[in-house]
Amino acid sequence: MAGYFTNILSGTKSLLVGLSITQKEFFKKPVTLQYPWESLEMTPLYRGHIQLVKDEESDTHRCISCGMCQRSCPSNCITVKGEKQEGVKGKVLVKYDLDFTKCSLCGQCINSCPTTAIEFSKEYNLASTRKEDYHYDLLKRLKEQK
Amino acid sequence: MDLGINVVEMVIYLVGIIAFAAGNAAYLVWVERKGAAHIQRRTGPKEVGPFGLLQPLADGAKLMSKQIIFPDGVDKPLFMIAPLLAMVPAVMIFVTIPFSETIVARDINIGLLMIFAFASVNILALLLGGWASRNKYAVISAARGVSQNVAYEIPMLVITITVVLISGSMNLKEIVATQAGPFWNWNWLPLNGNFLGPITFIMFYICSLAETNRAPFDLGEAESELIAGFHTEYASMGFGLFFMGEYANIVIGAALTTILFLGGWYSPFPDTVPYIGQAGLWWFLIKMYLLIWLVVLIRWTYPRVTLWSLLNLSWKILIPFSLLNLLASAGLVKFLA
Repeated sequence: MAGYFTNILSGTKSLLVGLSITQKEFFKKPVTLQYPWESLEMTPLYRGHIQLVKDEESDTHRCISCGMCQRSCPSNCITVKGEKQEGVKGKVLVKYDLDFTKCSLCGQCINSCPTTAIEFSKEYNLASTRKEDYHYDLLKRLKEQK
Repeated sequence: MDLGINVVEMVIYLVGIIAFAAGNAAYLVWVERKGAAHIQRRTGPKEVGPFGLLQPLADGAKLMSKQIIFPDGVDKPLFMIAPLLAMVPAVMIFVTIPFSETIVARDINIGLLMIFAFASVNILALLLGGWASRNKYAVISAARGVSQNVAYEIPMLVITITVVLISGSMNLKEIVATQAGPFWNWNWLPLNGNFLGPITFIMFYICSLAETNRAPFDLGEAESELIAGFHTEYASMGFGLFFMGEYANIVIGAALTTILFLGGWYSPFPDTVPYIGQAGLWWFLIKMYLLIWLVVLIRWTYPRVTLWSLLNLSWKILIPFSLLNLLASAGLVKFLA
């Protein structure tokens, strides 16, 4: 019988403690991020689709059109095309296409690149209703970044 | 034909009561959503109007523009009556509630009785809605709701009888009038000689939570187990009426608690904060909304109880205690008189 009353009393006390906690939380500032208006900086290791690295010295990409990335890609989503141009040593990159619909973000292309010409972008706002929107022309993208 | 009724006054009260009930129902949803959000450190509705204040209107417009759906095999007449039974009695009850010394639509002798008579119709709405839906979850919810309301109506009425014994009246205005004066004269504090006041008050508040099917006693619409309980099959304004009825009932529960225990329209410090003109109305509303806020806070603090412990609380704790409380209060009234 004694347990009956102590049970009721301790129960009541714990209920009041709970209420005071929620009431205190009510006055604190919200911790959520209002997404479309605010957004977080992506973490350094975030893997978006790949992009060409902009070289600070030459102010362009470092790609030598060797095609290593294209060969290492397990999903065949990279198409690299380089051609010989007069007066320029080596091949010049004329096309770098990425089919992001097939990419699994494994990073083999980045690992295989001898000149570290590609990197993961921090892009994540990628919603679209058309498949073609995910076929990226990375060379064009690099030019637009300039 | 003279019925002793002033028609203009009647129309004003009618419109006022419906507006008050509907407005409260709509804006308590906003309070609930905002409260829940801030308790969970979110922001809640904020896009429609400043602080999301127009959200209830947007929700109302959305609900009204939706199609009323009758699923296969529903009992159509009952299915249509149930939402009305949820909202109409709730509005009816406001007729006898005295918001201040002068603001009361119908000051009748048996106001308290009338309130409980109409309040018990609410469970009928729940039962009919659940039964007519032809849905497993709705029927389970209706059965739970009925057993819950039967269990909690007993202690609630016993506690009300206790208050009636102390006040000696069933007229809500007179019940408030017996608590005239500063806050220690009110029924919830033991300082006016009735040392059982706090227990009575707490038990009544618990019962009013259970009677209005509010968390942690919201087994009727336990959304994590029963989808939405008895109103699973309702769309459009049928659902809207159930929802508004629920919030109108919360307002009634809080108003009744204010009248029975918190001294109605009386100021807690009549000497320092004088009671002038319609100031009583504001005191009444302040007390009422504080109680409503507590209801919201409780919902977002406590997890839902099981049916087992819900019924245990009523049959093993509240009913014996309320009966003992009634006996002791009767003795006190006799002794003090």
